[in-house]
Amino acid sequence: MRRSWFAGVAFVAAFATVAFLLVPVIAVFANVSPSRLVDALGEEASREALLLSLKTTVIALAIVVVVGTPTAYLLAARDFPGRSVVLTIIELPLVMPPAVAGIALLAAFGPKGILGGWVSDAGIELVFQTAGVVVALVFVSAPFFLRQAVAAFAAVDGRLLEAARTLGAGPFRAFATVAVPSARGGLASGVALSWGRALGEFGATLLFAGSLQGVTRTAPLAIFSDFAEPGGFVAALALSAVLILVSAALLLGVKLLGGDRPDVDEGAARL
Amino acid sequence: MSLAARTRTPLREFDLDLDLRADPGIPLALVGRSGSGKTSMLRAIAGLLSPEEGRVGLGDWVWLDTERGIDLAPERRGCGFLFQDYALFPRMSAWRNVAYGMGGPRRERRTAAMTMLERFGVAGLAEARPATLSGGERQRVALARALAARPPVLLLDEPLSALDSTTRREAIGELRAVFAETATPVVLVTHSFEEAAVLAGELVVIDAGREVQRGSAAAISAAPASAFVADFAGAVVLRGEASGEGDLTRVRLPGGGEVWSADPARGPVSLSVFPWEISIETAVEPLPSEDSRLNRLPCEVTSLTTIGSRARVGLAAPEPLVAEITAASAARLDLRAGSRVVAVWKATATRLIADA
Repeated sequence: MRRSWFAGVAFVAAFATVAFLLVPVIAVFANVSPSRLVDALGEEASREALLLSLKTTVIALAIVVVVGTPTAYLLAARDFPGRSVVLTIIELPLVMPPAVAGIALLAAFGPKGILGGWVSDAGIELVFQTAGVVVALVFVSAPFFLRQAVAAFAAVDGRLLEAARTLGAGPFRAFATVAVPSARGGLASGVALSWGRALGEFGATLLFAGSLQGVTRTAPLAIFSDFAEPGGFVAALALSAVLILVSAALLLGVKLLGGDRPDVDEGAARL
Repeated sequence: MSLAARTRTPLREFDLDLDLRADPGIPLALVGRSGSGKTSMLRAIAGLLSPEEGRVGLGDWVWLDTERGIDLAPERRGCGFLFQDYALFPRMSAWRNVAYGMGGPRRERRTAAMTMLERFGVAGLAEARPATLSGGERQRVALARALAARPPVLLLDEPLSALDSTTRREAIGELRAVFAETATPVVLVTHSFEEAAVLAGELVVIDAGREVQRGSAAAISAAPASAFVADFAGAVVLRGEASGEGDLTRVRLPGGGEVWSADPARGPVSLSVFPWEISIETAVEPLPSEDSRLNRLPCEVTSLTTIGSRARVGLAAPEPLVAEITAASAARLDLRAGSRVVAVWKATATRLIADA
């Protein structure tokens, strides 16, 4: 193939992109010796932060998937007046700065928020509580899952669902046995994106739930508090390295789980 | 028990307004061009479409009655439905597709599914995913799936359209055997009059959501109720001006020729004749017809297509005409585009339909 000047430009651009995205990741590991990494995991504060991150993100993700999946199915299958408005509302947290999300959550569910009275009457405490972290995580990460799930369900061939119905399946069985497996790839990538966003959550959690060690101080908050202490940069680096490994493993795992796409389109009959 | 279905509902461009009845043992075919509303009717019977007004029932079992507010969900009607592109579940193996509609424990369902697959000669493909099957294999799996739960009604949407011509011939035999075996009401939809004729005992020709004619394929071909039906059934349709002449009717064609028919008519008419009724003679000058019962129309050959032992000859009188003759006589007559010939057919093979 004859090389054009554009191919050269594209190649340089691609190289610069990959290098720019990779260099900071390499830098983290270049600064942390493996023994320091192990030491970091031995520290009480770091371990607590990591465990708290794992716990809160898993709970938040479970809520997002359990409530979000039927929601996305409904939004994908039904056309109703105001549907595009609902889709926009769902995507709003995507573009909202995390600090704004934290303030907004305080204004809604905080002690002086518009729903704060109901929340405390129900005996629920959110601010400075682990539950508050979960609320913040659900708020910021749900749109990532919902967007993917709506697109995945919209791509499911409606005739498959109709076929299930004529074979005696009710709406729920058709959803669970036909729609969800068909949308598996899209749902899995939604889970990965949503989980990744929740693991990295910082601003909304800090403003809404605070940064109490062992209660609301998740890994990203612990990194910041290490960094803010004199001489804490190395500790911050070590925890960052762990978080990078966890995130990468997560991305890889979900990609492997959801990667099994049918290689032939059902609609294209082989003749 | 018979299936009775009457629906009236607006579609995109017209109202679907049909009243059908399918008896066990006599498969009913809805025939019409694409977009004529036939698939919508099938969906209304299965409960996949809720018509504005109508009544659908199998014997005393009412599935839909808009007056009484009854509209059973598709899963409660139990119609076996063969979808146009089969709609097999892509992530399930063939046997799981077939077992989907069956009840009972897993092992029993597997055994029953295998029996169904065997019935259709595809038991060897039980573990295969739909994507790896050929068109004919998919159809067999889809048929096995549609029939697995012994549905009281079988509905088929364009059952042959996704198949190549060789597979189609096998599938026709297969489907006819199934229809004979199940002894349930069968409604099938097709855009091909020929397919309807070989698969169904009764045909309902549909145009723009309405019934145009119903009857056996032979009855419809012999006496098409309109130019639309005649054209659809494969006949050549010409327009002309009819006038009585003794026992026969003379039709003057706008291009100059004239044609005789045994049907009575006056004024503007559509004239139809089937291509296989027309034979071809090569005479330099058309002989004046001695026998008025025989039509002799001078034409020019415009095209010649040989299909196996048959040849379709496109003619211009100058109105377009098609004759179907044996390939041997086409060769003997040395036909080619531009040849001057005479198209010959009997007055009794000429149907006249008064233009509205």
